[in-house]
Amino acid sequence: MPLSPVRTTLGNGATILAKHTAMTPSVAIHLSMRAGSVADPGGLAGATWLLSRVIDRGTATLSAADIAEELDGRGITLTITVTRHLFSLICTCLVEDFEPVLALLADMLMSPSIPDEEVATRKGQVITAIRQDQDNPAVRSTEALMTALYPDGHPYGRPTKGTIEIVESLTRDRLLALHRDRFAPGALTAVMVGDVDPSRAHATAERVFGSWSRPTPPPIVLPPVVRATNRNRVVIPMMNKAQTDIAYGFATIERRDPRYYAYWLMNNIFGQYSLGGRLGDSIRERQGMAYYVSSSLDANVAAGPLVIRAGVSPANVDRAIASIDEEIAKLAADGFTQGELDDSRQFLVGSIPRALETNAAIANFLQTETFFDLGLDYDATLPDLLGAVTLDEANAAARDAVAVDRATIVIAGPFSE
Amino acid sequence: MRAATLDNGLKVLVREEHTAPLASVWCWYKVGSKDERPGLTGVSHWVEHMNFKGTTNIPRDQVKGIIERYGGSWNGYTWIDQTTYLETASRDALDRMLFIEAERMANGLYHPDDCESERTVIISELEGGENDPDQLLDQELTATAFKAHPYRHPTIGWISDLRSMTRDDLYGYYRRYYVPNNATLVIVGDVDTDDALRRAERHFGRIAAGGEIVRSKTEEPEQTGERRLTLRKPATTAYLKLGYHAPAITGEHFFPLLILDAVLTGAKGLNLWSSFRIAPPQRSTRLYRALVERGLASWIGGALVATQDPFLYTISATAMEGTPLSAIESAMLEELDRVVRDGVTDAELTKAKTQLRARLVFDNDSVTNIAHQLGYFETIGGVDLFTTTPEKIAAVTAEQVATAARATLTPSNRTVGWFDPVPIA
Repeated sequence: MPLSPVRTTLGNGATILAKHTAMTPSVAIHLSMRAGSVADPGGLAGATWLLSRVIDRGTATLSAADIAEELDGRGITLTITVTRHLFSLICTCLVEDFEPVLALLADMLMSPSIPDEEVATRKGQVITAIRQDQDNPAVRSTEALMTALYPDGHPYGRPTKGTIEIVESLTRDRLLALHRDRFAPGALTAVMVGDVDPSRAHATAERVFGSWSRPTPPPIVLPPVVRATNRNRVVIPMMNKAQTDIAYGFATIERRDPRYYAYWLMNNIFGQYSLGGRLGDSIRERQGMAYYVSSSLDANVAAGPLVIRAGVSPANVDRAIASIDEEIAKLAADGFTQGELDDSRQFLVGSIPRALETNAAIANFLQTETFFDLGLDYDATLPDLLGAVTLDEANAAARDAVAVDRATIVIAGPFSE
Repeated sequence: MRAATLDNGLKVLVREEHTAPLASVWCWYKVGSKDERPGLTGVSHWVEHMNFKGTTNIPRDQVKGIIERYGGSWNGYTWIDQTTYLETASRDALDRMLFIEAERMANGLYHPDDCESERTVIISELEGGENDPDQLLDQELTATAFKAHPYRHPTIGWISDLRSMTRDDLYGYYRRYYVPNNATLVIVGDVDTDDALRRAERHFGRIAAGGEIVRSKTEEPEQTGERRLTLRKPATTAYLKLGYHAPAITGEHFFPLLILDAVLTGAKGLNLWSSFRIAPPQRSTRLYRALVERGLASWIGGALVATQDPFLYTISATAMEGTPLSAIESAMLEELDRVVRDGVTDAELTKAKTQLRARLVFDNDSVTNIAHQLGYFETIGGVDLFTTTPEKIAAVTAEQVATAARATLTPSNRTVGWFDPVPIA
């Protein structure tokens, strides 16, 4: 059955989507504002992240304690995420709580009060989290890889949480200004999925968001992405750790690139299928070198990264990197087989019902569909989009995406050159 | 839900859910790290890894792809009481899923080369865990809180055992515990119950029952004084953890303590597979207000996990940068003393029950999660818990919560763990 969500646009520009399901007596609410970390003002990486920590700590009419009672009393965990492009409030509530919960989330999104004392407390939490990240080889290697792939202050290369110095410098006024500049109904997509009739969901959304008036902010123009032309290796010694993390990557393509589906299949065969694709077969299954190894593709508004990650013993770092090199060289020389392409395609198409089983998963899918303008029937068209990819196109994607001589490699852990 | 037992002792649970064209199959074994003897710690988990390495009728190089062809996912996990394997895929894959699980039960290959290759994978998994100070502290705290019961050793095993265990150790353990009379097969999804039971009989009916399994009878003696440990290692952040011996899921105080944990740190639900992926609602809880809102800790959490034997109720905190652990411990103990002294209010009781009611709904939001809960409860305490848990929670009184607090949160029942970082050179 196709999802067939109901979509409307409010008079103020807000996009509303609703989808009825009956698996559980609950509703997933997913509100996304086009105000992710790329919206951080110049020199203030982390401002959006700190805003995400305080936006739910007071509104024009409710204190932080009031909000805590409202959420906890209904058994709701509110998750606030910041990706490169989206700032999202996400939760699941019982169906009987849907109206008051949507009203509460809308209040936070439109009218945060950002009390000074809350800014101070949440700054402390963010600083502690940054300190924890500094002691985490997985985070250190991935962040350093992103900085190397997206240098010169490109928003994709900046740490989402920022730095301790920047966080310390942020003020209530700066966060209010950021909210005023980037949060507006024209930048909002509200998705509701669950045991609630779409007409009721739309009426509730109209009631809580309809009177919000603010001009849509101008789009953020991203600098062009320049791909690496040389092999680059960075080592971050963390001698207090037991295991070493390797992050090995490339800048690739934009999500709207017509080659995206060939890239998706290529990445699945190379580093995802079953237990880590070809990489998993070599490094985990045949050589027993790592508990985890896989690749991920994040094609985005700008050319996003393909990142290979592995956790290995420090003694095996060079052997693991050589194995990744070898798999990439094999790809360049021989490409994939038709059988591999067919298997991955069958898996990805077959997994769509499973990926869309829960309310939260459907809501997330509809957000992606809306953000990248993929069409309301994207769940129905996706099998054909994957089905049209030829072996030549998947092999061309591999040759375009990965190459040993332009790999950027970061090693973080108990390892030094 | 329909339950049946095959002649060889295999228990089969089937529940129809027709909301999506999917089926989830889980095969549960009553074996976990509590069944391991010294020298073989980690064997349950290693056996789980080996059970993805091919069988007589699923050659090693054909393991990959069987379920993927149906768009499915597969996995497994091992913990202190249980080892379990799952596939969730299109309903058309039901027969394949049952075939895989029957093969896994009876015909594992355990090729010596695969055993060796997996040794280093598991050591890599252990070392990855050691990168996390909080996980290290949890392991050390558990080992300190238990001195007799086998819950004391970590499921991943001690490193010397992982280095010395042999293929024969693994295979012998596999043959002893992977028998139909020690297992529960769960099928949930867009299936017909009669058809599913017939298929289960066809795939599993010919597997011979195993001998009686003799288990350790060691009970943890009552703790008679506070225990403390301090880990000092180079790191950036300090962590605190308290562990109290706590009842098994069938114990008198379990559900009152679940309510108490919701009041102190927020309700989590009881799904070991999914509950912990979403943080609990906790902003109005006592320990969040006392520690996070006052700027002493950047995070707090509590864990009361449903287990077969009495395990631990743990309360953890991550110190805010610059806050000494002693200050966090004092504030935490002050709150715990208060709840022991005064109990919980009716309003807190009502809120905790509402939270838990919502969490139980969220615990069962997919065929995979429902199947997990049926098998999990059957393995550790009886499948009836699937339906009776909401009633048991609803029936808890404030007095029972106070009694559970007085019985559990005593100094002599407590183990205190500090991870006190030293500067990184």
